[in-house]
Amino acid sequence: MGYQKYDLAPLTHSIDQYLYSHLSSTWAFLAEMTLIGVVFLIFYAVIGLYLVLAERKVCAFMQNRIGPNRVGWYGVLQTIADLFKLLLKELITIRKADKLLFNIAPFIVIIASFLGIAAIPFAMGLHAIDFNIGIFYIMAVSSVGVVGILIAGWSSNNKYSLIGAMRSGAQIVSYELSVGLSLLVIVIYSGTLQLSTLVESQADGWWIIKGHIPAILAFFVFVTAGTAETNRGPFDLAEAESELTAGFHTEYSGIKFAFFFLAEYMNMFLVASVAATVFLGGWMPLHIPGLEGFNNAMDFIPPIVWYFGKTAFVIFLMMWIKWTFPRLRIDQLLNLEWKYLLPINLVNIVVVALIVLMGWYIK
Amino acid sequence: MKSIFDYIAGIFKGVWSLLKGMTITGKYFIRLDKIVTQKYPENRKKLKMYDRFKGELIMPHDVNNFHKCNGCGICEMNCPNGSIEVISDKIITSEGKSKRIIGTHIYHLSMCTFCGLCVKSCPSNALAFSQEFEHAVFDRNKLTKVLNNPGSSLVKDLAE
Repeated sequence: MGYQKYDLAPLTHSIDQYLYSHLSSTWAFLAEMTLIGVVFLIFYAVIGLYLVLAERKVCAFMQNRIGPNRVGWYGVLQTIADLFKLLLKELITIRKADKLLFNIAPFIVIIASFLGIAAIPFAMGLHAIDFNIGIFYIMAVSSVGVVGILIAGWSSNNKYSLIGAMRSGAQIVSYELSVGLSLLVIVIYSGTLQLSTLVESQADGWWIIKGHIPAILAFFVFVTAGTAETNRGPFDLAEAESELTAGFHTEYSGIKFAFFFLAEYMNMFLVASVAATVFLGGWMPLHIPGLEGFNNAMDFIPPIVWYFGKTAFVIFLMMWIKWTFPRLRIDQLLNLEWKYLLPINLVNIVVVALIVLMGWYIK
Repeated sequence: MKSIFDYIAGIFKGVWSLLKGMTITGKYFIRLDKIVTQKYPENRKKLKMYDRFKGELIMPHDVNNFHKCNGCGICEMNCPNGSIEVISDKIITSEGKSKRIIGTHIYHLSMCTFCGLCVKSCPSNALAFSQEFEHAVFDRNKLTKVLNNPGSSLVKDLAE
């Protein structure tokens, strides 16, 4: 296939060999770990900051406003200026708060989202770690974040924080089911949990096309449940500004608040990239079997562009949803999950099992 | 059976109404020419405020320096935070009667909440709001203004 000319595995292998030939194996291992850590740290900061800016711009355009436009060209440096402001701000210590838990909570939240991006395949061969249970790993790791949110709410010694954290707990425990079951649809289709083979299996068409109706249904259920999982509007009950001031991070200031804020946006990125990888083919270019010329033309676009394009599309979809719909009430939120999404998902799973058994999908 | 039908119909209705909402915001997103906010200091030259905008209180004078205020003091009585002081004066008309006219109409911009009760309650429509909104000054005393121009007089007095 043509897309293999952009394979980045030789590059990463040469770096690996260079390190191992110049250092003892322990130091080479540590150097590799540090290198990957630093790369992900920079990636995390840049993506997090620019998603905040993107959200502000998208929100502004949907409300017929201009949005940030003073700092830098069309406001491109706005969020970087905001970061410096937050870094210079005082970290207020709360009297009668549980000091240890209060300080640990932002790190749990940010580590949970940080662990998740390790398993994402960004391009061919650009993959920090390729688990054979990649999807399962991302789901397991990203749901650790709720522990951080609960700890933050509990240790703040503030009733609004506690209410926000409890709502967040109820919400994530419920919506985790829908996320898992909607991903299971594609797992049944492709027969693998490994993200690299899952992307390879979409070389002859993305699963949302090959899997027709159940896959499309699962995609929309996943985007809905994923939005709820990341505590974003219209499911932002955990930090409902009008009811709970800021929910679980009411008492946090300065960079600790920024950690929660960045983690929220990185979780959105994580959900969007999982949706892009599982349903829309990840870094795989758009291939239509039989159209050789078209496929070759598509292969000229590097996989990393495909990956970021698809992720940006899903992120835009989530922002569009956030800035269109009003916030749900807590009972409506649980109704939506337990009365609508979960039954739809269960029926969908049975239908997919039947379809795969009978071979009624595009192979 | 009906409840199952209602359940499924409800899903489709719900999705349809959500899509409708998304179409509207999607249209707004695409139509960048319809942006309602303006960049303020840049557009100062051509900035035009709206008729109903309450900038600051003024007493309109016509070209011959006549206003409509007869100094009745209703605006002063109606002002909730005492930002208006009416100091009236007396003149003797040609018929020999003594008549009250406005001496100085003092307006404290620093205390005004722009509620508009003075403009609404004025029986002779002598007051109005201007479109001016750049009120910042370095001296607090500049916020106390006299609304009637020096040498101005009531429209009716001319007719007599």
